[in-house]
Amino acid sequence: MIEQEVIIKNRAGMHTRPAAVLVKTAAKFKSDFYIYKDGMEINGKSIIGVMTLAAEQGSKLILRFDGADEQDAANEVIDLFSRGFDE
Amino acid sequence: MPDKQHIKNEIVLRGIPASHGISIGQAYLFLKDTPVVEERIIQPKEIEFEQERFSRSLDKSSKELNKILLFAQEKIGEAKAKVLDAQIMVLEDPVLIGSIKKRITSEKRNAEFIVSDEIGKYAALMLKAEDEYMHERAHDMEDLKNRIIRNLLQERLISKLEGSVIVVAHTLTPADTMILSRNHVLGYATDRGGITSHAALFSRSLKIPAIVGLGDVSRSVINGDLLILDGYSGTLIVNPTDERMKHYEKKRERMNKFEQQLTNLKDLPAETIDGHRVELSANIELLDELDYVVVQGSQGIGLYRTESLLLNSDDFPSEEEQYQEYKKVTDRVHPHRVILRTFDIGGDKIAPATADESNPFLGWRGIRISLDRPDIFLNQLRAMLRASVRKNLSIMFPMVATLEEVRMAKRYVRKAKAELRSQGVKFNDKTPIGVMIEVPSAALMISQIAAEVDFVSIGTNDLTQYLLAVDRGNTLVSKLYRQFDPSVVNTLKHVINGAHKQGIWAGICGEMGGNPLAVPLLIGLGIDELSVVPAVLPEIKKIIRSLNYSLMKELAVQAMGASTSDEVERMMSKFFKKHLPEIPLDN
Repeated sequence: MIEQEVIIKNRAGMHTRPAAVLVKTAAKFKSDFYIYKDGMEINGKSIIGVMTLAAEQGSKLILRFDGADEQDAANEVIDLFSRGFDE
Repeated sequence: MPDKQHIKNEIVLRGIPASHGISIGQAYLFLKDTPVVEERIIQPKEIEFEQERFSRSLDKSSKELNKILLFAQEKIGEAKAKVLDAQIMVLEDPVLIGSIKKRITSEKRNAEFIVSDEIGKYAALMLKAEDEYMHERAHDMEDLKNRIIRNLLQERLISKLEGSVIVVAHTLTPADTMILSRNHVLGYATDRGGITSHAALFSRSLKIPAIVGLGDVSRSVINGDLLILDGYSGTLIVNPTDERMKHYEKKRERMNKFEQQLTNLKDLPAETIDGHRVELSANIELLDELDYVVVQGSQGIGLYRTESLLLNSDDFPSEEEQYQEYKKVTDRVHPHRVILRTFDIGGDKIAPATADESNPFLGWRGIRISLDRPDIFLNQLRAMLRASVRKNLSIMFPMVATLEEVRMAKRYVRKAKAELRSQGVKFNDKTPIGVMIEVPSAALMISQIAAEVDFVSIGTNDLTQYLLAVDRGNTLVSKLYRQFDPSVVNTLKHVINGAHKQGIWAGICGEMGGNPLAVPLLIGLGIDELSVVPAVLPEIKKIIRSLNYSLMKELAVQAMGASTSDEVERMMSKFFKKHLPEIPLDN
């Protein structure tokens, strides 16, 4: 299991487009992927869930990956956050 | 059940008669905007069925959303398109779908209830965020939830509507009307809508009595209430007294008798006493109507609304599918003529619903859409031309405003012909091309337009609303929508004369042609063809056959000189009462 804290960098926050990119990326991997924010637990492979996060710029999220390909999944997903979803 | 034995008071509601006939039956409330979700416990053996139902509703919802996207992607604006995209993605959300399916099985509840609860939970969370953006997303999720539930309920509705009922609704879209009509519907009663709303036209063509514009019928009636629906006068009676029932049963008998008399006219031409012939044809939008049209004694199809093909399928129909439909019509109606109108979408008709136009009637509709989407247009033209080999097919363009549009559209016809020719496909090179005259600019420019087409057909509904600047569907101003305003009468005359001067014929395919009161005036103005809803065809024929052309010409001259709509209407009723006393003008 890998756990990592990330910060939302892009200005518009976790709106529909980055949410979609995130979910699509996570779906490529077998590992479970959960996001924690303010006591909420969201399945990172669920678009409706990720949309619910209401994560604006600057908010902190904890990502948790668990499964055979967790390292690859974590690398790609964390990279998305550090690039601010290219926005 | 003694606790339910309260005496029900009779309520009389008045609306706009939209389709003739009298129906007596039980009310069925058709609520769709905010579907009411019942919680139902299901039996273990129903679980599988419930799961399938849920899957089908997802499928249907996804097709609907994709169709909207595909159809108008570049027109609805990026913001709107994104909203649809998000909804489509949520429809494919494996976590959401998985948990709904799991809950249907574990909680043994109906799909509507679980869908509503599960998606509702997320929407509620989004609403909690103090953020405008999140609130909008919450509304999107509500929309999506309602779409899925609607599709679930609609499926149930169709199987449920087995008895004969009178459908009561706030509004009905043409699609609703069509879906409902596959069942045995006795009548329609709606809160909203005008006489020319598409749903009203539709119920008329299916000969199902209907009243629109009743105000709040959907809140005055409960499921199972006994109703009398009088589509002649626009009266709806809820829980009628015995006396009232007797009165209406008698009226129904009297009207039926008159309508039976008319069937004898079936094979006779629409010819006046002094030998003036008018072509009397039918407006249709469904192949199912063809048999009925033939029974009604039509001389052809003056308007086939091809946009109904878009209702039947989730995608745009292919050239081949369209060809098969058009061929069926031309074969069935041969040797009479069939006028196929290219897709008339937009306005209030099967709109690209999310093309968020603040003024759709002045917006992207009719030929404008076709000229903007050559792929769709050429597809349709090729299909039509292929069906023209029996030489009884004509093509007509809707909503033409300028001569340039006519020329552009004809250029596409030539292109479609060239494509077919290069593939060695046969068609009638002389297929007549006509346009609808329904925009005032086109009416004014009739001489120039008539010089470049083979016929014109006047769409009086739109023409009236554009001339008078009145939205016919807006109940605040709909009483200003007067088809017999002298401006309309004089415009008709201008168009008919302009067409005749160029040696082409002029017809009417608007509502007015099927209004018994208007028929003497229209023929007096020199109209060559009337294309009417099949239901009124025999009555119109009877009127034509009972009158002298010379008399009608006098009436037309009088009407052109009138100053107000009231004056024109008085002239028409006086004429009618004097010369056609045997025809019950019951409205």
